Amino acid sequence: MHELALARSMVDIVETTARKHAAHRVTRIRLEIGALSHVSPAALQFFFDAAAYGTLAEHARLNVLATPGEAWCMPCGAAVQLAKRGDACPRCGSYQLTVVRGEEMAVKDIEVA
Amino acid sequence: MCVTCGCSNVEATGNGLQEEHVVGGGAEARDNALHAAPAGTPVYRRAHPDANNGHWHADGTWHSHGHDAARKVGTSFASPADRTMSERLRTLCIERDILAKNDAIASLNRRWFAEHGIFAVNLVSSPGSGKTSLLVATAKALKHDVPLAVIEGDQQTSLDAERVRAAGVDAVQINTAKGCHLDAQMVADALRKLRVAEESLLLIENVGNLVCPAAFDLGEAHKVAILSVTEGDDKPLKYPDMFHAADLVIINKMDLLPHVDFDVTAAIDYARRVRPGIEAMLLSTRTSKGFDAWLAWLQRGVAEASARRMQNVDALRHRVSGLEAQVPERTASTKQA
Repeated sequence: MHELALARSMVDIVETTARKHAAHRVTRIRLEIGALSHVSPAALQFFFDAAAYGTLAEHARLNVLATPGEAWCMPCGAAVQLAKRGDACPRCGSYQLTVVRGEEMAVKDIEVA
Repeated sequence: MCVTCGCSNVEATGNGLQEEHVVGGGAEARDNALHAAPAGTPVYRRAHPDANNGHWHADGTWHSHGHDAARKVGTSFASPADRTMSERLRTLCIERDILAKNDAIASLNRRWFAEHGIFAVNLVSSPGSGKTSLLVATAKALKHDVPLAVIEGDQQTSLDAERVRAAGVDAVQINTAKGCHLDAQMVADALRKLRVAEESLLLIENVGNLVCPAAFDLGEAHKVAILSVTEGDDKPLKYPDMFHAADLVIINKMDLLPHVDFDVTAAIDYARRVRPGIEAMLLSTRTSKGFDAWLAWLQRGVAEASARRMQNVDALRHRVSGLEAQVPERTASTKQA
């Protein structure tokens, strides 16, 4: 359910920018969503349709740039791929991992008319 | 080819006018949303087998298509996509975190806590893990030694705040109605209604939910995750975001351990897989066993918050006296000029 709050927050950011630039409507929203973030693109889309209703972003398409998870492995001293939290380092099996990429939930840019 | 996105996940359905937009090869159309059709041409109808009308492309991007035509059926076939052809499209760069607004308010809360020397703790767990009982017992144990206040979050009722007030501690209840988590604005609003003393402890009990509260910074010093032995030792792996966001995990209801299959070592190990180095405490609110370590942890937090505040106050005093010392010099130099 937090997806609705995130979708509302996203629509708020988009609409504020669109209004500031005197746009009539938003045709596309480009997002960056990390694999280790708090939301999946499909869930965000579902709630976006509700959150955007009646706003300048109502008919906008969502384009999502999906960032893969990446962590710094202490024993390896190297950056490794991390598909999901709780996984071990694919090289050494350690859990001493610090996530360095994949937590993004950001609006990159929008296309407006 | 899909005329909207150019992908090839489209199959003609026979009559040449209708197309089925196939995602992931699924056969069941759960959503028959209409796509926008070019003005003056027959309507293309596509069924999206995925409920959310979005799909992944081979290049790792995911996107959806608008549903304008579905709402406009019977009135006009002109879609936003078509209107854009006669309008000038512009791209506006934003680069802003979706949670930026919440995080900005959380930063203000955090600064306010720092200025007043308040140690704020955000208690998170599933419903029924014993958060409120732990909080009431904590309030009773500490109220004579540490000034403390409580913010209670629940979807509805003020039962929890009443329980805390009955223990003789100030509490304000936030009802999130249909909301599943507290956010920074709710806490900021609650702080206006609550008397929080300088150099004190603020306990915030979040909505019982192991998913949503993880995403929202309230401005707290720490999130504390509470896991009771009746819930299962694999919860940290099942709900990694929450345990990753926490700095301390409390294994609660330890008095029930002999009656359940709960592997304490495994639970802590799992929590450390998602949050390396997370501190862990074992306690029973009912028997008070292990409770002293928790109280000491809180008191240490309050002492540190107070000390940091005093440092800031001293630094400010030092700066003010430095500025005051400059005033006569400036007055003198002005007179000379």
